[in-house]
Amino acid sequence: MDSQPLALIVRSPGTNCDLETSIAFQMAGAETECIHINSLVENPEQVDRFQIVCFPGGFSYGDDLSAGQILAFEVANRLFDRLRRFPQEGKLILGICNGFQVLMKTGLLVSPDDRGFPASLTWNTNGRYTDRWVHLVPGESRCVFLQGVKSLYLPIAHGEGRFVVRDEATLDSIVNGGQVALQYADDSENPNGSIANIAGLSDPTGHVFGLMPHPERHIQATQHPHWTREGLSEHPDGRLIFENAVRYFQNSTFPATSAVSVK
Amino acid sequence: MLKETIFAATQSIRRELSDDDWCVSVFKDNAGIVKFNDDHNITFKVETHNRPSAIEPYGGANTGLGGVIRDTMGTGMGAKPVCSTDVFCFASPDRSYESLPPGVLHPQRIIKGVVAGVRDYGNRMGIPTVNGAVYFDDRYIGNPMVFCGNVGLIPTDKSFKEPQPNDLIVVLGGRTGRDGIHGATFSSVELTDKSEKVSSGAVQIGNAIVEKMVLDVMLQARDQGLYNAVTDCGAGGFSSAVGEMGEDIGAEVWLEQAPLKYSGLSYTEIWISEAQERMVFAVPEEKWPELKHLADSESVEATVIGRFTPTGNLTLKFDGTEVGCLPMEFLHGGRPPVIRNAKYRPAQPVELTESDLKRIDPHETLHAILSAPNVASKQWIIRQYDHEVLAGSVIKPLVGVKNDGPSDAAVVQPLLDCARGITISCGMNPLYGDFDTYHMAASSIDEAVRNCVAVGADPTRIGILDNFCWGYTDRPETLGSLVRAAIACQEVAKEFKTPFISGKDSLNNEFSFNENGERKTISIPSTLLISALGQTPDVTQCVTMDMKKAGNLIYLVGVTRCEMGGSHALLVNQLHGKGNVPQVDTQRSVQIFNAIYSGISQRLVRSCHDLSEGGLATAIAEMCFAGGLGATIDVASIPVLSEENLINVIRLFSESNSRFLVEVQPENKADFEALLPPALLSQIGTVCESRTLTVLSGGETLLTESIDGLKQSWQKTFDWK
Repeated sequence: MDSQPLALIVRSPGTNCDLETSIAFQMAGAETECIHINSLVENPEQVDRFQIVCFPGGFSYGDDLSAGQILAFEVANRLFDRLRRFPQEGKLILGICNGFQVLMKTGLLVSPDDRGFPASLTWNTNGRYTDRWVHLVPGESRCVFLQGVKSLYLPIAHGEGRFVVRDEATLDSIVNGGQVALQYADDSENPNGSIANIAGLSDPTGHVFGLMPHPERHIQATQHPHWTREGLSEHPDGRLIFENAVRYFQNSTFPATSAVSVK
Repeated sequence: MLKETIFAATQSIRRELSDDDWCVSVFKDNAGIVKFNDDHNITFKVETHNRPSAIEPYGGANTGLGGVIRDTMGTGMGAKPVCSTDVFCFASPDRSYESLPPGVLHPQRIIKGVVAGVRDYGNRMGIPTVNGAVYFDDRYIGNPMVFCGNVGLIPTDKSFKEPQPNDLIVVLGGRTGRDGIHGATFSSVELTDKSEKVSSGAVQIGNAIVEKMVLDVMLQARDQGLYNAVTDCGAGGFSSAVGEMGEDIGAEVWLEQAPLKYSGLSYTEIWISEAQERMVFAVPEEKWPELKHLADSESVEATVIGRFTPTGNLTLKFDGTEVGCLPMEFLHGGRPPVIRNAKYRPAQPVELTESDLKRIDPHETLHAILSAPNVASKQWIIRQYDHEVLAGSVIKPLVGVKNDGPSDAAVVQPLLDCARGITISCGMNPLYGDFDTYHMAASSIDEAVRNCVAVGADPTRIGILDNFCWGYTDRPETLGSLVRAAIACQEVAKEFKTPFISGKDSLNNEFSFNENGERKTISIPSTLLISALGQTPDVTQCVTMDMKKAGNLIYLVGVTRCEMGGSHALLVNQLHGKGNVPQVDTQRSVQIFNAIYSGISQRLVRSCHDLSEGGLATAIAEMCFAGGLGATIDVASIPVLSEENLINVIRLFSESNSRFLVEVQPENKADFEALLPPALLSQIGTVCESRTLTVLSGGETLLTESIDGLKQSWQKTFDWK
C-alpha cells in the first residue's frame, strides 16, 4: 500500500467544514480530494480509490428531518456495502460532528435491529446550538484515531449532539464491545447531556470513528482559546487524530509505538 | 449629503496616501474592498434589516444575515465569506406586557427571534459570527435595529467585474415567489400598529442551505472563468440586480423564464420579488453550457432570463410581449435631487452638581453597571453562534481563563497558511446622541478603532463602515442631527486617516399608534453604528483583555476628563442627561493608538482592554474576572489634565475616549514607559494573586470587591435558559 494515504472528504449541500478538514489531513501527510455526494451516488465505485473516507461537519441538507438524516439515507442506499468492507480492508472512516450524525444514522457504528436504531444523537439538553471548548479523555476502544492519546481539548459546536441509547442493554453492549472511543472528561465538561459522557464512538474494530468535537478546529496553536495566556503549543491536540490516521498507513506494525502524550 | 462628508473624507485620505493607498474599491460595489496581502483583498459590508425584524424577528434577522452574505458574494467577481458581525438594538427585556404600545412584539420575543434567525443562517452556511453588540433603550420598542455585517476574501485579480454586451443574464439559486414584495419600500416607511397586517408580505423567507449551495457553485465557476460579472438580488430583486449590472450596456429580460416557487405571479411580481438566495450573472454564451453543467452537478438551479443587449435600454418582456422599457440613463440619472431642510439646535447642557455626584456610591454603581443590559455578558447569545467554523479563529468573542471574558474585538486568520489577520469590532453609543450627535459620532469612531487597536490592529490600516439609523428626516431638526453626525464622521476619519469604505443608512425609524384616541409617535434615538475592519501583519502578536499573571504592572493610557455625560454611572443612578458628553481629541488619540500598536507589536503588552461604558472601574473589573486574578490600583495616579480637579467617582466612571488599561511584565517597564510621555501613560497598580479588586485613592479605599462577586453581577442579567 502507498504510504501516503488518499482521503476522500465527502461534500453535500450544507457541508461547511470540508476545507479545514482537508487541510488537517494534508498537514498530517495525507492527500485529499473533496467529492460531492451527487457524484458519489452516481458512481459509488469512486470510493474504492480511497484509504480514508471522511464525512466532515456542517448541516447536510439543512439537517431537515433530523441532523445528518438525509445524507445518511443516500450513504446507506448507495455507499453502504462499500463502506462496510472498509474495516476488513484495513481502511478508515471518520465522521466529525454532522459526519458522526451521518455515521450513526447509516448504521456504520451501531447496527439497527428489527426495532430500528438502538442508539442515536439528538437535541442537546439545553435545547439549543452550543459552541464551547471541552476537555476529553479516550475511552476503552481500539480506535485507530486515538492511539496514544491521553487527553484532548477541542471545541464542540452543535445542536444535536446528545448521545442516547434505547436501554441499559444497548449501553452495555457499546461499552463491552469496546466502542466508547471518546468521553467528555467529567459531567461539567459534558455540553449536551450525552449518556456516560460519550463524545465519540468507534466500531468494534476501531477503524470507523465518529465524534461530536471538531479536531480540525484545533490544528494550529492560535486556535486554542488560551494561547495568549499559555503560549503557542508546538502540537495542537486536534492534529493527533489526523496524524494517527496517516501513521496507520505508514507503520506496518500498527498500533503506533510512539505514544504521544498531550497535556 | 453623505457623499460630501463621508465619501469626501475617504477620497481625501486616499489622495494623501497616494502610492500607499490601500483602498481598492469603496462605495462602489456591493461591499467595500481593501488590500490584504499580495494575492488577496478583503471586503466588508454591514446592512440594516430593521423593519422586517420588527414584525417577524426570526425571518427578518435570518434574511438580514443572508442578504449581507450575498453582498459579499456579489462583490467583484464574487468574494468568499469569512466571518460575520451582528449588532442589535432592543427595548428593555424587562418591560411589562401591559406597558407595550399596541401592535408591537415584546422585546424578549424579538430578542429570541432575532438571535435564532442570525444563528440559523450563519451556522448553517458555515460562516462564523465573531463579533457583535447589543444596546438597550426603550425608544427601540417599536423599531428594533438589526445590523448584519459580513467580511469576505477575494483574489486581487477577481476584485472587479465587467459585464459584456450580449452576455446572457443568468439567475442561479432560489426560485422567485411572492415573498418580499415591496421589501425595499417597506424598509423606508414609518411602522405603525397596523404594520404587521399590512406589510407582512414584504418580509422575505430564507433558506441558508440554498445560499450555501449557490456559494459552492459560484466559487468554482469564478475560478473556472465561467462568467464576466455577478451581483446579488437584494432590495428590488431582479429589477435592481439587472438594472445595476446593465447600466452601461442595456438589457432585455424575459420574465416568463424565471423559475417560480408556484404559478400565478404577475410579471410585476416576478420583476420586484425579493425572494432570497438568488444571484444574477453575466455569462458569455459559449460558457453557458459549462456553467449549467456545473450547477446541475450540485443540484443548483441555473436559468437564462435575458441578455445584456447593447441598446442602452432596459426592456422587459413577458411571453414575447413588451411590458416595460426605460432608457438606462434615465433609470440611473433621471431622479431629480431631493432638497430637504436641516436645522440644528444644540441641546441645553444640564449641570451635574456636587450633590448629584455624592449620590454615586462606587460599590453599588459598579455592580449596577456590570448588570446593566448594555454591559452585561452576552454569553447566552454568543454561545449559540458558531464562531469557529472555517478554523480561522484567533481571538474569540469570549476570552480568559474560563473562556467567558468580553473580548474587545475578534481576530480572524482568513488564510490558514498566512500569518496576516483581520480584526473586527464596532462602536456605538446612542446615549451620547442625546447630548450632541457630533460627539456621539466622534466617540463611536474612536470606540470602534480603539477596540481594534486593543487586540493588536495596525491603526494605519483600519477601514470603517457607517450605518446611520435615524428618525423621520423630513423633520428639519432630525435631519440636522444627522448632518452634524456626518460632519463629525468626515472630520474624525480624516484626522485618524481611517477611511470609510462602505455604508448603508436606514431612515424614518419611528413607530406610530393610537392611544386613547390620541396619535402617538416614538422615534428611535439617533443611532450610528461604526464597524471597523483592522489588520495585523502577524496574528501571534495579538493580545486579549484578561489579566495574565500576578506581579505584572497595570497602566492606564490616555487622559481622563470630567466627561460623565451619557455615562453608564449616571444612567444607573437615574441621572442621565446631565454633565458633559465625552469628546475626542483626535491628535492625542492618534498618538495613543500608534503607541499601543507599537507596544503590542514589540510584544511588551500582556493584556489590553479599552475603556468604554462604565469607565475605568468597569474595565479593570472585567480584566480581573476574565483572568481569574485580583488587582490593586490607585486612581490618584491616573493621567489627568493639570487644570482639571477630578473627584474620585469621576476618575472611576468617566467615559473619556481613547483610553486603555494595559498589563505589562515588570521587566518591560522601561520599554513600555518609553512609548508615551507621563501625561498620557501612568502605572496605576499591579496584578495580584488574591481574588480581590482593591481600588484606592491615595490613602483612601474606594472599592474592595471579590472578583467572583463582580463576575456574578456581570453574568446574571442574561443567564437565560
